Amino acid sequence: MSLDSLSQKGRSAEKTSVIDSSIKIIVQEEDFDLQKEYLQVLNKEAVSGAVVTFTGLVRDFNDGRNVTGLALEHYPGMTEKSLTDIAQEAAQRWKIEAITVIHRVGKLKLGDQIVLVAVASKHRGDAFSACEFIMDFLKTRAPFWKKETTDEGDIWIEAKVSDEEKASTW
Amino acid sequence: MLNILFFAQIREVLKCDSFEFETTPASLADLRKELSAKSELWSETLNTNAALAAVNQTIAGDDVVLKDGDEVAFFPPVTGG
Repeated sequence: MSLDSLSQKGRSAEKTSVIDSSIKIIVQEEDFDLQKEYLQVLNKEAVSGAVVTFTGLVRDFNDGRNVTGLALEHYPGMTEKSLTDIAQEAAQRWKIEAITVIHRVGKLKLGDQIVLVAVASKHRGDAFSACEFIMDFLKTRAPFWKKETTDEGDIWIEAKVSDEEKASTW
Repeated sequence: MLNILFFAQIREVLKCDSFEFETTPASLADLRKELSAKSELWSETLNTNAALAAVNQTIAGDDVVLKDGDEVAFFPPVTGG
């Protein structure tokens, strides 16, 4: 048995990616460039009429503590598998040309980007629905855990019942 | 033999991130029971709905059958995104 650290040997947050023709899944510490990802997701034989992107950022939960940042733990291997499964399900339910999901891990500061979901489709309805679906399932199935860093110590963020309820509406 | 992994609060409370479990219980439910027998702390932490499980990186219910060499992870409800 050994004590943990977020970046210990064998479970370090190296960049890992899964690219399956039109589905790109990346888990990494580094920040992402929204413009670059947008241009990549629509650059597929010019069939996309719509691109919907969602960016999630680190916010102050405003619950009285002086929050200085966030630490994101994950389960290497399962995160990519889970995100790929979710993206593939979205691609089966709606007519989608391409999906990109990028989720950061490691130490982040208030205001930093955490996650990107970009969906390209012929039509905006499919793009909006697929993007929302992917986020709802990412929040309830993908193995990431957030810990707030504050002046009074580090506090794990609790999962929300409302997220589970939202996912069940699909 | 199973490779057991713990994440987030569970990892911290049990002060363990992974270890090899020498036998292979028949099901996930049996594994929870055997791990809970280690101590009251292990029992409180693992023998609860708040401890989700994955077998070979897929979320698993207690009825899932285990085989030798499986990777089993226990973790709290996820909070990504």
